[in-house]
Formats: sequence, structure tokens, C-alpha cells
Amino acid sequence: MADKSLIGCSLGVTTALVETGRLRFFAKAIGETDPVYTDEAAAEAAGYPSLPVPPSFLMCLEAEGRDSDHIVEGIFGFDLGRILHAEQGFTYHGMAFAGDVLTFDTRVVDVYEKKGGALTFVVQETRVSNQDGRHIADIRSSLVQR
Amino acid sequence: MSLPRFNDLQVGFELPPLVLPAVNRTTLALYAGASGDHNQVHIDLDFARKARQPDVFAHGMLSVAYLGRLLTAWVPQTSVRSLSVRFTGITQLGHIPTCSGRVIEKFEADGETRVRLAIRCGNQYGDEKLIGEAVVAIA
Repeated sequence: MADKSLIGCSLGVTTALVETGRLRFFAKAIGETDPVYTDEAAAEAAGYPSLPVPPSFLMCLEAEGRDSDHIVEGIFGFDLGRILHAEQGFTYHGMAFAGDVLTFDTRVVDVYEKKGGALTFVVQETRVSNQDGRHIADIRSSLVQR
Repeated sequence: MSLPRFNDLQVGFELPPLVLPAVNRTTLALYAGASGDHNQVHIDLDFARKARQPDVFAHGMLSVAYLGRLLTAWVPQTSVRSLSVRFTGITQLGHIPTCSGRVIEKFEADGETRVRLAIRCGNQYGDEKLIGEAVVAIA
């Protein structure tokens, strides 16, 4: 079971290529109809180099190349059937676009309990940077086991 | 897109709400594929029942994506400085996600004029599912 000794633990550094087709698929999945997110000409007309990565999609790319089941079960000691996403936050310093290669550096920043230990929370933070070393965003995620 | 102006925006201003189609199994299949989140509790009814849920239910991040759409339908994404939420309820099949946002503070930071928004995603019954805040830079 997760305890405070996990705080500071690195969950690894991964990279992900932002693929145009994946961005179009994501836009379809969330019902996004603004052509900026699916049509390169519209994106360029809006002043973007290519299709932008929408605000929450960074977290999907963060999960690529990671064995999230292993992290949740093997490292946190959680039961996959009992966990819920508790909180999610993004702070943006720049934008990412199709064709970028993003690097995700993730670590555990907090572990705590509520309701006398009935709920255990693990909080992780990820620094996102692009292929030019530009700091794109920070992602904060909190999982809870019930 | 006609851009909001900092001087014209008042605390209490409500963003145009975003009302989505009812969540169904296709919604969840598409979101699982596109997001890469294949947690079985969103995909496989048998697994969901073993996890003591009545049925599969929506990914929380699907509603975060909808809240992202609420913001980027209002301002260009280059203006979005932060987006954070707490998940307070489960979005079940048949729920109609409804996103709203309201200006709660006007301030300056890092040489920019910004507004802080209270954001929320609920369903057609008025039940709250996600609650959070966003910060947007407005000239």
C-alpha cells in the first residue's frame, strides 16, 4: 500500500511524438468541431505551426510509453478496480503541436490518507517539455483508492 | 471568434455553456481509443460489475476535455494559463455532460491581465461531476 516513502519517487521519463491522426481521433472522441483542431489549413490560418494539442490531451501523451497498470498496482500497491481519479490540473507555459516530440518527467509529490485510512491518495507531477527544451506545461494528477 | 475584453468583463460573467450529447458506449469506446486510457472499468461491463459498479462509466478525463472545449470555444487556446478540477461524481451512461464557467476574479500576473473562472461539469439532473478553476489571459 502506498505510503509517504513514495514521495519523491521518480516514475520515469518518457517521450511521445504528437501525431496528426491521433489529434484528429481525439477531436472526434470529444466532439470537437472547431476546425483549428482537425484541419491544418485552419490551424495555420489561426497562427499555429500545425494542429494544436488540446488542453487535456497532454495527459494522454504522458501515459504513452508507461505501464500505468504496473505503476498503479506494482508501485502504488493499489487495486485497479478500487481506484478513482481524484484531481487533475494543468499549468500551461506554452503550446504543443503535431510533429512535436514531448518529454514527460514524472514523480510522486504527495501521499496522504483521509477518513481514517479508508482513502489513500497519491499525487504525481509531470514536467512537460518539447524537442527544443521549452517548458510546455506542468501536469498534476491525484489518484485515490477507496 | 469575438474576443472578450478585460475591461468589459465583470466578475460574475457567465461563459456560454457547453451541453454535450448523452454519454453512450460508443462515446466511451472512442475516448478509450483516442486517449489511450484503456482502464477496463470504462470498457468492459463484466469488469465494472466485479468492481462493484452497476455498469461501465465515463472517463473523468473525458469531462476535463469537455471543460477544455468550454474554454477554447471562448478564447484562443494560447490564452489558457491553467485548468484544474476535482472529480466529485461519476458520469454514468445516459448522462448529458453540461459545462459552465463564471468569472470569479480579475487580476494581473506576469505582466498580463487575467481572469480566474470557476468551472463545473454536471449532468442533466443538476448533479455536479467536476468542479474546478481555470485562469485565462485576456487583453
